[in-house]
Amino acid sequence: MNEVETEGVRRVFGARVALDGVSLSVRKGEIFGLLGPNGGGKTTLFRVLSTLLAPSGGIARVCGHDVQSEAPAVRRCLGVVFQSPSLDPHLTVEENLRYGGNLYGLRGHDLEKRLREAADSLQVGDRLPDLVKTLSGGLQRRVEVAKSLLPRPRVLLLDEPSTGLDPAARVDLWESLRQLREESGMTVVLTTHLMDEAEQCDRVAILHRGKLVACDTPDSLRATVGVDVLKLAVRGPDAVAGRLREAFGWSVTVQEGVVRVELPRAHEQVARIVEAFPGEISSVTAGRPTLEDVFMRMTGARLGAGEEA
Amino acid sequence: MSGTRTGLLLPAVALWRREMTRFLRQKNRIVGALATPLVFWLLIGSGVGSTFQPPGAETDYLGYFFPGTVVLILLFTAIFSTVSIIEDRREGFLQGVLVAPVAPAAIVLGKCLGGMTLAAAQAALFCAVAPLAGLPMDGMVVARLVPALLVGGFALTALGFVVAWPLESAQGFHALMNILLVPLWLLSGALFPARPDSWMALVVSVNPVAYVTASVRRAFYGDAAALGLVPSYATAMAVCAVFAAVMLMVCLRLVGRGRGGSQ
Repeated sequence: MNEVETEGVRRVFGARVALDGVSLSVRKGEIFGLLGPNGGGKTTLFRVLSTLLAPSGGIARVCGHDVQSEAPAVRRCLGVVFQSPSLDPHLTVEENLRYGGNLYGLRGHDLEKRLREAADSLQVGDRLPDLVKTLSGGLQRRVEVAKSLLPRPRVLLLDEPSTGLDPAARVDLWESLRQLREESGMTVVLTTHLMDEAEQCDRVAILHRGKLVACDTPDSLRATVGVDVLKLAVRGPDAVAGRLREAFGWSVTVQEGVVRVELPRAHEQVARIVEAFPGEISSVTAGRPTLEDVFMRMTGARLGAGEEA
Repeated sequence: MSGTRTGLLLPAVALWRREMTRFLRQKNRIVGALATPLVFWLLIGSGVGSTFQPPGAETDYLGYFFPGTVVLILLFTAIFSTVSIIEDRREGFLQGVLVAPVAPAAIVLGKCLGGMTLAAAQAALFCAVAPLAGLPMDGMVVARLVPALLVGGFALTALGFVVAWPLESAQGFHALMNILLVPLWLLSGALFPARPDSWMALVVSVNPVAYVTASVRRAFYGDAAALGLVPSYATAMAVCAVFAAVMLMVCLRLVGRGRGGSQ
């Protein structure tokens, strides 16, 4: 039994189709990423899975329970971390955790023990008496995660967990997530529009305009591109791109003033290119395709472009 | 940890305690809910005083306006505590509650009992100065006042809940409150009594807030006093209880039906 399963999930808001028949499944113990631009449908899917939003069609199940008809059972096995924190800024960290635990039926000695464990494992144990509003964004996010872990959920859902975190806080958060997965076999499903975050997931589902365009491990997704990418920093990129196409017959594009050459075993061509344009190329970067490249290949859109107008 | 819901009491108490903690940390709310009506009472009460002859005629206008001010405190506190539903929705706290396995009733009760406690406590604090207005304050008054404040506070908070739950913005809430709740209070016999056979007498007789005002007035004046159209304490309390029960049911239906807000 998969921990999270959707079959043809649709969600419409008036005339806008936010989710257009999304089917995917997440296995137990996976860290699963929902990747896509803002407006791609990932947050809508997050809200459907967290029981906040009923699907207009299709079926979504968490831990075997239907999110709509068995919402209480789904809530019982879910931990949810929102993008905008669900903490009360006027309460202390400890009060937030305690009242949060109460909502899941936790109380007394058991709650106090879990509360301290969760706070310690996310390294906020020394901040328990502080008002939440005095904490940095990174610390608040950790308290938020600690709160969601109190009922020991089977599935942890996170919406854009890295938003507003500095790089160090991001690394720490991921460290905690991996550790939790190792220790408890918890399944983690998160939404993100960040490439480097998606790269760290076991599997990634790419959502674009409400449709699932790909779902696989980051490595397999990269393999679908089948080519490497060379990025050339040049003056007059459009002219250079045109001449490259003429001279070599390659697939060459210009993005944000950078010439991109996509071809198999691209690194072997670096010398030829540099010799062909003496003095014109200020830098060459050769790399395996990123998930950004995968996304662009599959959708023709850029990931960072945000809401399509 | 068995069953799919966590029971009613523990989550409701957690949400109630949060309301209390929050309130005590926000000093401006105490000032807003208590000082404003106090100033109202003194300014309007002493200004109108000399030109106004209340029915029953045993007190001056400060005495007449006192129960109305108590209801105004209940009303203001109820408004302040339910507008937080909108803030909670915007800031995210409510989402955390909605994804927890709590029954809708726990959400409603936590909020309404929280608002009731704050409203009744502040109104009671104000009632301590009733002797200054020439009103009695003995065991009998207290025994009648406390239920009136609790039931009235609950009903008005639940009314605020019903208004706030579907709304997205606090501005919208305040606008609705100004055109809905303040007139309900003005036409409750709080400021001036309705003359028999006037259009206002009709409005007062169907205005639930008028019965909250009446229950507080009767708590101070007793049933023997001739107060024009003001119903007896028992009648007023019965109507208030029905008012509270109906509002509670509407709250439960609203929360049970959906997540509120735009979605």
